[in-house]
Amino acid sequence: MTFDANVLRSVIEEVLKEMNVSEGAPAAAPAAAPASTIPAGKLTLTETGEAQKGTAADEVVIGLAPAFATKQHKTIIDLPHDKVLREIIAGIEEEGMKWRLIKVYRTSDVSFIAHDAAEYSGSGIGIGIQSKGTTVIHQKDLPPLSNLELFSQAPLIDLDTYRQIGKNAAKYAKGEAPTPVPVRNDQMARPTYQALSALLHIKETELVDYTRKPQAVTASFQ
Amino acid sequence: MKSKRFEVLAARPVNQDGYVKEWPEVGLIAMNSPFDPVPSIKIENGRVVELDGKTRDQFDMLDTFIADHAIRLAGAEKAMAMDSLEIARMIVDINVSRKEVLDITLCLTPAKLTEVVGKLSIVEIMMGLTKMRARMMPANQCHVTNVKDNPIQIAADAAEAAIRGFAEMETTVGVARYAPFNAMALFVGAQVGRAGIMTQCALEEATELMLGMRGFTTYAETISVYGTEPVFMDGDDTPYSKAFLASCYASRGLKMRFTSGTGSEVQMGYAEGKSMLYLEARCLAVTKGAGVQGTQNGSVSCIGVPAGVPGGIRAVAAENLIAMLLDLECTSSNDQTFTHSDLRRVARSVPQFFSGTDYICSGYSATPNYDNMFAGSNWDAEDYDDWNIIQRDMRVDGGLNPVREEDVIKARNKAARALQGMFRELGLPEITDAEVEAATYANGSQDMPDRNVNEDLKAIEEMMARKVTGVDFVKALDKAGFPDVAQNVYNMLRQKVAGDYLHTASIFDDNFHVLSAVNVPNDYHGPMTGYQISEERWEQLKNIPNAISPEDI
Repeated sequence: MTFDANVLRSVIEEVLKEMNVSEGAPAAAPAAAPASTIPAGKLTLTETGEAQKGTAADEVVIGLAPAFATKQHKTIIDLPHDKVLREIIAGIEEEGMKWRLIKVYRTSDVSFIAHDAAEYSGSGIGIGIQSKGTTVIHQKDLPPLSNLELFSQAPLIDLDTYRQIGKNAAKYAKGEAPTPVPVRNDQMARPTYQALSALLHIKETELVDYTRKPQAVTASFQ
Repeated sequence: MKSKRFEVLAARPVNQDGYVKEWPEVGLIAMNSPFDPVPSIKIENGRVVELDGKTRDQFDMLDTFIADHAIRLAGAEKAMAMDSLEIARMIVDINVSRKEVLDITLCLTPAKLTEVVGKLSIVEIMMGLTKMRARMMPANQCHVTNVKDNPIQIAADAAEAAIRGFAEMETTVGVARYAPFNAMALFVGAQVGRAGIMTQCALEEATELMLGMRGFTTYAETISVYGTEPVFMDGDDTPYSKAFLASCYASRGLKMRFTSGTGSEVQMGYAEGKSMLYLEARCLAVTKGAGVQGTQNGSVSCIGVPAGVPGGIRAVAAENLIAMLLDLECTSSNDQTFTHSDLRRVARSVPQFFSGTDYICSGYSATPNYDNMFAGSNWDAEDYDDWNIIQRDMRVDGGLNPVREEDVIKARNKAARALQGMFRELGLPEITDAEVEAATYANGSQDMPDRNVNEDLKAIEEMMARKVTGVDFVKALDKAGFPDVAQNVYNMLRQKVAGDYLHTASIFDDNFHVLSAVNVPNDYHGPMTGYQISEERWEQLKNIPNAISPEDI
């Protein structure tokens, strides 16, 4: 896919505009950063059969939980999945790396989803994301329940953080040692969200199929 | 027209909490699900062939494990034949000893245990906690973490928490790779504050075991068990693998306990339509069957789930009681935020706080909650005086005591300096005098300068590669001019060789003597028995610094 400069500029503006709208104007992302090749728009995921393990050292695999963008469409704080995914992808691309999507069905546990993604990733670095938004950056050589970076409090993950997650994953894939995305903590997230989180996770887990291998996924943002 | 009264009520903190209606089909129900099994047991040739309505060919792996390892078979059929109401009455009868109750309850199945505690009101559950707790005296545990993983702050907060009375301390990480520094800082800081405090670092299980074996920690707690098979499998685990992990700790002389709690299965989406309390009873049976001395339970990090359904907080107290009915050390949660309401959070802690458990909180946040990396505790450092004054109001020993500001500053400063010296001797990134000063006076990480995270992470990787162990901490502390702290750290490491603290519900006094259910068992049998607050302890509890003396007026 190729884009001319004007299209690229409009994509940058689109992304920045959306970030400002949804987050009450955070510090704007560096405008000079090359933007994602992904246009704004509604996300459609198409499964194209069993995923293959990658060999390209310059890829990061993003593992999606069973309901992501198919049965559920927004995170626990109502961030649309297409925007979330676009930010992660943009973060990876900003670092000059490639991305690939897989859908994980054998589990809804974010740590295992991320570990599966890392195992399928040519660079050994994967990102796992649940429909409610919980995210992990993983490396294939680590124990499944360990991680490089864990974003356990989904209500605190905004679009800017998803972009940073993409960037850091790409940096690990390049063999760099990025400063971890600053950890955030809100002791009132549980009282507000835990019961809802249980409901969302139950619905995600209903789609788990132990026997189904990770599926290759293409994304279109129309 | 809108009611102004309702407008005010809607704005109250309690109405910012999340609540859900019961949904028994997926297990969103605290106790007594219509899908819970009816208690039963059948034993043939010394082998359980039927458990809670399932025959052996219908057992899942938890049933098999529980049937084969968890239930005392001698007397099981007789105990199971007893009326649950009669057993419930024995629990609150001061004329029936703790041991007599255990002789029955150790023979019960998970469904029967659930049925028995279901007969008790919340006050009767509290009576049960007072009587059935394993150790004579209650104690308390704290969390020592911060959002920056700043080790100097951890050391200082641990030292302060130690003089405030905690017997155990737990840390964890924001960034997993920081774990070794957090564990070291906690260990050293705790031993500066008071000799004999046990410390742990909650992590991925293999890493947690490794840190224990290398002497970075002295016990472990976050070994989770679950009440249904699919949740176990979600973590690539079985009751057998957890039992194996438990034996790894035991063989290295490290104290450990399992963790479980109501709501975890439904939170993970696999409750199989059973009530939260029944599934927790299965977890506790697995814990017992694995030969583990104790449990951290009381919903723990899933507290928002039972708290969101009717009767949920009663179920949480009931699950603590079931742990005690299985003669397990009970480290009774009260360690996670679940409400915006100060009234609700006190009410949630009353059963364990006023009855006394082996560890009332597991833990109490020794930092402001914004630094609590377990996503916030039900009690935090800014509640220290509330806790102390509630102890004074009610004449209860909740494991803490009032302290003087000058003592706290001194302890925090020494802990920060000891860690500074130890880092220097171990060739780790410098801890500056400015950091020591900040940690001495800090309330939380907002008062701490930032560290170079990448430099720290690189140094940790190198330190772990060159096989540094707890013995190196002892040498480094001694060389850095802190022989007393070195001695305390050394004495803690020696405990792993002695192994006395593997006994149920152990803590250390400040002479490294073990106090456990073996040498100081709970013998409560009515008024003026069991743990009594000594005159000396009462002096300590009642003398808050801000009380006015009559002679001053």
